[in-house]
Amino acid sequence: MELSLATRTAEDHTVLAVGGEVDVYTAPRLRERLIELIDAGARKVIVDLGGVDFLDSTGLGVLVGALKRLRAVSGTFALVCDKEPLLKIFRITALDQVFPLYRSVDEAIAADSGSGA
Amino acid sequence: MMPTVRLAFSPAPVHVRTARLVGVAVARRAGVAEDLLDEVRLAIGEACTRAVTLHRQYGLSDLVEVEMTDAPGYAVRVIDRAPIEAGLGLTTLPPDELADEALTDEALTTGVGFALLAGFVENLQVRPVDEGIGTEVRMDWPVRR
Repeated sequence: MELSLATRTAEDHTVLAVGGEVDVYTAPRLRERLIELIDAGARKVIVDLGGVDFLDSTGLGVLVGALKRLRAVSGTFALVCDKEPLLKIFRITALDQVFPLYRSVDEAIAADSGSGA
Repeated sequence: MMPTVRLAFSPAPVHVRTARLVGVAVARRAGVAEDLLDEVRLAIGEACTRAVTLHRQYGLSDLVEVEMTDAPGYAVRVIDRAPIEAGLGLTTLPPDELADEALTDEALTTGVGFALLAGFVENLQVRPVDEGIGTEVRMDWPVRR
């Protein structure tokens, strides 16, 4: 399935809903969109991986890149994922210790607002 | 062992998906358990992505080769033609280095890719090809008969 990207605002967060396959071919489009959002001023970014059915190392690299960009401008970055196969990928790569991971967008917003970030 | 299915593709990212689809189709046909197919898909994708990345890095137009054999188990070989010193330089990264500012995107992706291969493939071998220049990534999965 092709990559799909949809952006919306939830409270003061920018939510990027990603669907389809994120791999070496499609990941550059995800990177471009994230850079566009950050360049346009988004500072509280949540990437919702709920519609993703394939994610590889290239996609993970793009997500780490976005996390670093946001850190550099004192922003926050969180991921939403409740699919066990994807969560296993984060555990195996130890990236579950790098990203704030939440089960839902509401949970991510609540955690971010609660932290005072 | 003669391969059951052999695939060769030009080193373009768009073809990696094709390799994944073929790899999973052959795995299913060979009798790999359904609950392992996601891991097969990911591992073949990572091995092919690695090969494509190396070919592009070295400006090689050679085809990336994928060979699938279904007996006695399901075995996949992904063969690149990049210099061996590049291909064998695979390491996993500790968590505290993953988000390190100094780590390049390429190094991160390579490290994460290898972590996925090592994590999802019980029997993983990375070794020089028998003839010529290049590296082969060999992966095996059990089949049910």
